[in-house]
Amino acid sequence: MSPTTLNTAERERLLSAYPEVFHRSFWQRWGLAICAGVTLVYLAVCFVAFNVGPAFVNGRWDRASIYVQDWYSWRAQPRLRFVDGVVEPQWSSRRQYPEGADIAWLRPLPDGGYSVIYDGEENRLDVRAQRVDVYVDGVAYAVEISPETAILPQGAPGALVQDGSKVNVDFGFEGSAEIRTSQVYVQRRFLGWANFFFDINSPFWGKSFSELAWLAVAGERVDPARSNIAAMVDDFLANGTWQHADVLSKLMQTLVMAFVGTLLGTLVALPLAFVAARNITQSRLANWGMKRLFDFLRSIDMLIWALFFTRGFGPGPIPGIAAIFFTDTGALGKVYAEALENVDDKQREGVKSVGASPVIVNRFGVLPQVLPVFVSQSLYFWESNMRSATIIGAVGAGGIGLKLLEAMGTNADWDKVAYMVVLILIVVFIFDGISNALRSRLIGRTHH
Amino acid sequence: MANTTAGNAIGGLGPAAASVMQHYQQQLRTRRIYSLIAIAVFLVALWASLDFANAANSGKFFERLPYVFDFIRNFVPDSPMEIVRAMFDLPSPYDDGSLKYDYTSERVYVTENFYIPHFIYQLIITVNIALIATILGSAIAFVLCFFASTNLVGAGATRWVVRRIMEVMRAFPEIVIAGLLTAILSIGPIAAIVAITVHTIGALGKLFFEVVENADMRPDEGLRAAGASWVERVRFAIVPQVLPNFVSYALLRAEINIRASTIIGAVGGGGIGEVFRLAIGRDHAAKTYAIVILLFVTIIAVDQFSAWLRRRLIGNQSFEFGRGAA
Repeated sequence: MSPTTLNTAERERLLSAYPEVFHRSFWQRWGLAICAGVTLVYLAVCFVAFNVGPAFVNGRWDRASIYVQDWYSWRAQPRLRFVDGVVEPQWSSRRQYPEGADIAWLRPLPDGGYSVIYDGEENRLDVRAQRVDVYVDGVAYAVEISPETAILPQGAPGALVQDGSKVNVDFGFEGSAEIRTSQVYVQRRFLGWANFFFDINSPFWGKSFSELAWLAVAGERVDPARSNIAAMVDDFLANGTWQHADVLSKLMQTLVMAFVGTLLGTLVALPLAFVAARNITQSRLANWGMKRLFDFLRSIDMLIWALFFTRGFGPGPIPGIAAIFFTDTGALGKVYAEALENVDDKQREGVKSVGASPVIVNRFGVLPQVLPVFVSQSLYFWESNMRSATIIGAVGAGGIGLKLLEAMGTNADWDKVAYMVVLILIVVFIFDGISNALRSRLIGRTHH
Repeated sequence: MANTTAGNAIGGLGPAAASVMQHYQQQLRTRRIYSLIAIAVFLVALWASLDFANAANSGKFFERLPYVFDFIRNFVPDSPMEIVRAMFDLPSPYDDGSLKYDYTSERVYVTENFYIPHFIYQLIITVNIALIATILGSAIAFVLCFFASTNLVGAGATRWVVRRIMEVMRAFPEIVIAGLLTAILSIGPIAAIVAITVHTIGALGKLFFEVVENADMRPDEGLRAAGASWVERVRFAIVPQVLPNFVSYALLRAEINIRASTIIGAVGGGGIGEVFRLAIGRDHAAKTYAIVILLFVTIIAVDQFSAWLRRRLIGNQSFEFGRGAA
């Protein structure tokens, strides 16, 4: 498309006809650019003031990849100790295998050593007391161990690195090993979550899904006192590693905090909003006082309420409920009062004109107009409080938030963090769905 | 009331009207029964929840209630002036050499003689965390939202992916992001900034694309007719329409983020939240009340300022609906 050429007369006519388009004020022309510039300068200043650069440089990024991998995979970490010329595997308290389990990737060798298999027979360690044979892509490299140091062999590939008196072996995602003078510290990584269903003390540990299904429907009773399904449910909930029963009960606490807090807030804010609304209660003093009360409740941070009530009631859902209740009474009261002040007066006058008492006027002249809006607002607050309840739980009110914080504090339980995050996401999505469905039934699809 | 009027009137009605009236009353009865059932279910759920909460709490409600009142009664500063001294790091007459009343040692000196009181310094950090997160979050949400709107992107897959990303960002617990980053970057405000930013992207992204979907498409058609590219259409047809709403939502978000950054701070992100948790944990009434007052004033000031700015931008439109995406 070729641009249209304007003659002078036409140009003058356009200029005089639309002055606001061609002669814009300084702010109209440059306002956006200036705002963007100021914002960029502000961000740059904060970047320096908050030491963002150094923090990123000094960040422990090597650990970061481990933490992130821990979300979806698990590590077995046996120490293969050299004791009197033989090798003995030693497990920590976080062991994922029961005593004497037959482990496919950790096999004893006939001469008292152990073979650790990483990625097929080509990538493995043959650990013996004086020497470790490292197989990388089928080629063997012998790491000799003297009392002082482990010695990196000549011509070793990049996967083997001498680190002081240790030799580190890296097999990528499959795991790694530290060959020390007294032991080999093995890390073997597998996809998934270890022992998610049954811990090592359960008779159902290590069974495949088909075996479990067979046991559940037709197998002989493992525990004569209970049916196998009941035993499975009990063992699942009592799983010592994953603590399913505890996690689910904590999740329930968080749900209850959000539900009860919002509901009580709604029930209290509803009558108070009628007092605060100028068109319904005729006393200016009552309006003003009630609105300031709402402002006060709303403007004290939920954190303050939460910590305050935690001191009073002790940790648990009650301070969470109380914190949400106090903030929400303020916030909902304000919104409700605004909605009430915008009601259509004709319906009230209609009810009033037939001689109804004030309560009846409000019940039939006002409430039907505002109820859908009220309920929809409360549903929004409920959704939002689901998230708030998680966070104030971490501050001390209990619930899944505190559990999350504890799991993160160890820096070794990121798989449990992932599990709880998945649970929270599922619950939030379900409740968003419910509240969206209720809302669209109440006020139609036009509102978001 | 409706019942009695109807009952009196029904005799005087003709057969057609009577049948309508009967039908109406029947519907009314069904509705009332449903309402009663709903209320009953609610009450049972509420009762069960309260019972569960009471059982799960470390102290039972009615046992602990006297302690709550005791706590309120005993939790008073030594003198009202002590609150002011704690707030501005002034020397205290109660200073016995212990750290508890030694407010002056917490001063943050900017120059030789000029200092920022400790709490105000922490408050500045908290507010800045919220501001940065709001700016970064709205910038990213601004870019993303156009790819989630039905009227601008024909490809259902793109929209679906962008919207799901926003949903996950919105629902992802902030403390987990903050905790993961704290483990990597060590303690500092960055973790809090990123955590709040991620949530802001999700929350604002949703509100933004809904605004875009409600935009008037005639300017877009005009530009399309003139052969403008997609970016040009978005820039000149959509952005000018939606920008005031976007800014107003972002301001509302800034208010929410200040509260969020206080809470994240208490969980380990630093700033005034952490100081507050320590103060109330150590039973220091003067410091606690000083922080409560500071936070109260800040939140009111920010709310008022943003409400004023929003009114200037889009007129007297209520935006409380926006909280829903929080």
